[in-house]
Amino acid sequence: MSTGFIAILILVILAVVVVQIGKISDLAAKIRGEEEVAQQANDTTAVWLVGFMVLFLIGTIWSAVYYKDVMLGYGPHSAASAHGGEIDGLFNATLGVTFIVFFITHVLLFWYSYKYRSREGNKAQFIAHNNTIELVWTVIPAIVLTFLVVKGLVAWNNIMPDVSEEDQYLEIEATGYQFGWDVRYPGNDGKLGTKDFRMINLANNSLGMDWSDDKSIDDIVLGGTDQIVLPVDTTVRVRITSKDVLHNFYLPHFRVKMDAIPGLPTYFIFKPIKTTEEYRQELRNYPEWNEPYDVEDPESLPRWKEFNYELACAELCGKGHYSMRRVVKIVTRDEYETWLAEQKSTYMTTIRNTEDDPRLGQLLDVEIKERAQELRADFKNALDSEKAEDKTILLRHVFYDTGSAGLSDLSKYELDNLTDILKNNSGVTVELAGHTDSVGDDATNLEISRNRAQNVLNYLTNKGLDISRLSSNGYGETAPIGDNGTEEGRAQNRRTELRIISQ
Amino acid sequence: MADIATTYNEDVLIKELGYDDHFHDHHHGDKYQSSFISHYIFSMDHKIIARQFLITGIIWAIIGAAMSIVFRLQLGFPEESLTWLKPVLGKWIVVDVNGIGTLAPEFYYALVTMHGTILVFFVLTAGLSGTFSNLLIPLQLGARDMASPFLNMLSYWFFFMAGIVMFYSLFLSTGPFSGGWTAYPPLSALPQASTGSGTGMTLWLVSLTLFVVSVLLGGINYITTVLNLRTKGMSLWRMPLTIWAFFVTAVIGVLSFPVLASGFFMLMMDRGLGTSFFLSEIFIEGQALDRVGGSPVLYQHLFWFLGHPEVYIIILPAMGIVSEVLAVHARKPIFGYRAMVYSILAIAFLSFIVWAHHMFMSGVNPFISNFFVIFTLIIAVPSAVKVFNWITTLFGGNIRLNTPMLFAIGFVSMFISGGLTGVFLGNSTIDIQMHDTYFVVAHFHIVMGVAAFFGMFAGIYHWYPKMYGRFMNETLGKIHFWGTMIGAYAIFWPMHYIGMAGVPRRYYSFDSFDAFKHFADMNKFITIAAIIVFAVQLLFVINFFYSIWNGKKMKVKNPWQATTLEWTTPIEPIHGNWPGKIPSVHRWAYDYNKDEREFVPQYVPLEEGEVGDH
Ligand code: HEM
Ligand SMILES: [Cu+2]
Ligand SMILES: [Cu+2]
Repeated sequence: MSTGFIAILILVILAVVVVQIGKISDLAAKIRGEEEVAQQANDTTAVWLVGFMVLFLIGTIWSAVYYKDVMLGYGPHSAASAHGGEIDGLFNATLGVTFIVFFITHVLLFWYSYKYRSREGNKAQFIAHNNTIELVWTVIPAIVLTFLVVKGLVAWNNIMPDVSEEDQYLEIEATGYQFGWDVRYPGNDGKLGTKDFRMINLANNSLGMDWSDDKSIDDIVLGGTDQIVLPVDTTVRVRITSKDVLHNFYLPHFRVKMDAIPGLPTYFIFKPIKTTEEYRQELRNYPEWNEPYDVEDPESLPRWKEFNYELACAELCGKGHYSMRRVVKIVTRDEYETWLAEQKSTYMTTIRNTEDDPRLGQLLDVEIKERAQELRADFKNALDSEKAEDKTILLRHVFYDTGSAGLSDLSKYELDNLTDILKNNSGVTVELAGHTDSVGDDATNLEISRNRAQNVLNYLTNKGLDISRLSSNGYGETAPIGDNGTEEGRAQNRRTELRIISQ
Repeated sequence: MADIATTYNEDVLIKELGYDDHFHDHHHGDKYQSSFISHYIFSMDHKIIARQFLITGIIWAIIGAAMSIVFRLQLGFPEESLTWLKPVLGKWIVVDVNGIGTLAPEFYYALVTMHGTILVFFVLTAGLSGTFSNLLIPLQLGARDMASPFLNMLSYWFFFMAGIVMFYSLFLSTGPFSGGWTAYPPLSALPQASTGSGTGMTLWLVSLTLFVVSVLLGGINYITTVLNLRTKGMSLWRMPLTIWAFFVTAVIGVLSFPVLASGFFMLMMDRGLGTSFFLSEIFIEGQALDRVGGSPVLYQHLFWFLGHPEVYIIILPAMGIVSEVLAVHARKPIFGYRAMVYSILAIAFLSFIVWAHHMFMSGVNPFISNFFVIFTLIIAVPSAVKVFNWITTLFGGNIRLNTPMLFAIGFVSMFISGGLTGVFLGNSTIDIQMHDTYFVVAHFHIVMGVAAFFGMFAGIYHWYPKMYGRFMNETLGKIHFWGTMIGAYAIFWPMHYIGMAGVPRRYYSFDSFDAFKHFADMNKFITIAAIIVFAVQLLFVINFFYSIWNGKKMKVKNPWQATTLEWTTPIEPIHGNWPGKIPSVHRWAYDYNKDEREFVPQYVPLEEGEVGDH
């Protein structure tokens, strides 16, 4: 409590001192005559006013010059987006206009206060009104403001409208939450999949993406701290949403700002015009950017080398509002393509073939295509190779219903691909070979493998392949390629192969 | 000063020409003045109520300002320990292993929120317009009291209750509301979004609803009084600008506060009854809420439909006071009286159609913003006109540079500086970058916060003798002025630069952002300036309370030689204001240095061929 006591003591002392000052000044006034004191005080105050004005005006100009490097559009604080220049320009036009008004009105305000201070024998003039002058100072601000409004609205209507169908643009999505951002890229199709807040699941679907929407399949959700990478000179449309409360998607260097609202997606469109690297090179020219990045550590890199564009939140969203940072990296288009190619679709890495996958047990178009390519490549290798052991191809995606010889639904894609390949290579004859693992007795395994190979052959002939080019055989568990002691190995051994007999 | 050339014998003039309403024929005395309680506490006398508003406002101002010092310490000196505040703030000071105490972020936001709410509503609305409307409307109009003294008393006590509820919320274990003075949902609607959004927010809503009631009761009263209780001869065009300002302020308040109340009711329903006016598609705390179809933006429309008029509710009374003080102490008529009235009316009207300039970046259709940009920048024209008129009022004057006058001049400077940054923000294109940065903080603190305080100080120093029969000390007053003038600019001017650099407002710490963390020195400077200014305000408080009992006595009824009627009432205030008849009015309020007369009060009849209106 001693601090409280000291605080109270200080207050009491302050009060006493203040009261004494008051008393003394009253007393002094009495002694010297109130009139005279008032007159003198008036003169002194008038001088003070002018002094204040001079210092204040100098101060404003000096501070503006001193801090010019943080002013919009100057030096290191120039915009990194195409529309940002317009904002900076308008800012400076407004600054010019308002400074003139500021200067003139302040000079008059303080100068008149000084010049027309009360003095012995002075008398005020009776000036009640003057309509002409009222008109003048109504019309002039109106004109100046019209100029600023027009300039402003022209820019506004360039910056804000949404993109149209024909425009080339990259769309990404930023979703705010307490306290961070989820950023989603549309993947190859260029389209973001739909999402529904009811589907949000913090374990594997933080955005509530609707996996049954085909547009979601290739969407990429960046990890929580990954840099947001964007290509330079490309129109970017950011779809801005929120999961919980209001946030604001704010990119100070790009002059981008828009609220993120739950239930009401907003957007902002901008075009980065300087890569992170280019911006760093510009900063390099300013002495303050050559100071060490870490003030404590003189050995640390200069600030310009550590520069990064940043994403911040600009709408109060709770106690962590001040910490919603993400780094934004602007790269060349080529670098962007490379980066994008390295990113994995979220669906493929976390959802595909889990129980949350609505396509569990179905093949995706991409997968069908991939498999066809794979088989074609295997087949070509087998044809081209001289060695006998290379003439055998594993039909990776042919499967049977458990414990029977019936072909599973998905096997038909592989077999259809195979049909096409064989039709294109009419001179080739092949053997279809069934294999099993070592579980169960030998005879049954042999039987099953024969039947399976036969079923494959039947499927192919039904598709119109000439029976004379095909033969089938079952090998049971006699030719393992994996270790029957492990589940993995057994899975390898349960297989169907294709062997080229002649070509 | 040597200008006491003109004297009038108002008692005689009022007796001869005044209007006899037979007020003193009946016996009113007991009801108003019998006991201490009914005289000083549940008083229905407008002069007492005015002082109640003022002193309550001062107390709130001290609380609100002290809060700002605490959060400025955190911003300016994040590395210094605040452990010494632990006895006062308890668990909100988090002490780490090294014994360094910091303000908990939740509480930082609670302080910022309370600071804003208290200053905007309790100090600059109730404390300013409550005080001076109450004091001056009856006195300057020549009325015995407000139209309904009872409603007037209720108005104060609703304000008082609002204050009690808000004050109580400061001590909740979850802390007071912490979602900003604008209280945007969903943050304010969902208790799970923030600790302050639980009971703290409930009390915030209760408190401000009581406050709305207070404003409406007061406002209806002011409007009725101005329209019906003007004395004989007091036509609208003869009313002093103070009255015009208070009158229009009351009209704006009565029209806009109900809209805020409706927004509050919807918010209460969203909080308590499961409605979804402002909520949609929310996933919070691991749970998807069953609320769809509402829009958080709707709340913002309702809030700012009040919110923008509110800033004029704050500044118009200050403008009225400043107009009056400038004229009296420059010994000149206010320049362009009618233009001043028309610009008050224009500002009032326009203030209702600019609200969405607070929402350029809120996700409203950008096309709509076109209109709001245009209206917003139109409102700068009447504002500019007022500034030019004030400056011209000084031209050719015989200016007494005493404390009220200094604050009035300071007001004009602040209003210019802050109004001009409004021109940046009103242009939506620039607002893309400036919105929710320190630039906005600088703008509204200078144009509204500081300027309105200057208006209030001008009024307090000027009418103090009317309220307490004594003067405040001039020397202390001047120290107060200079400290505040220089200090306020020192606090808020640098914020423009921080804002231009893009630093967002409402950040507890700037350290995590490379772009924002390089203003540590400036933040220190601002904090130190804020502490000094705070200390200077304590000087004012001491001066205020000390002078009530010990100030220099007012020996003449009209110490400023003003023309308005409040200076014709007895030095020792009485119920009903005038002992006999009410003065009747023959001219406007600004006959200073007309013809050969230094000033001509309103109750002085016109001479042959003289015009009474301008
Ligand atoms: C010259 C006329 C003015 C214009 C054009 C203007 C314009 C604006 C604009 C556009 C904003 C929104 C900025 C943003 O949040 O991004 C704003 C904020 C504000 N203005 Fe003004 N303004 C003017 C005068 C005033 C006056 C006279 C007052 C008060 C007396 C005032 C008080 C405020 C307040 C309190 C805010 C901030 C509210 C908040 O977000 O917390 N303005 N002004
Ligand atoms: Cu935030
Ligand atoms: Cu506004």
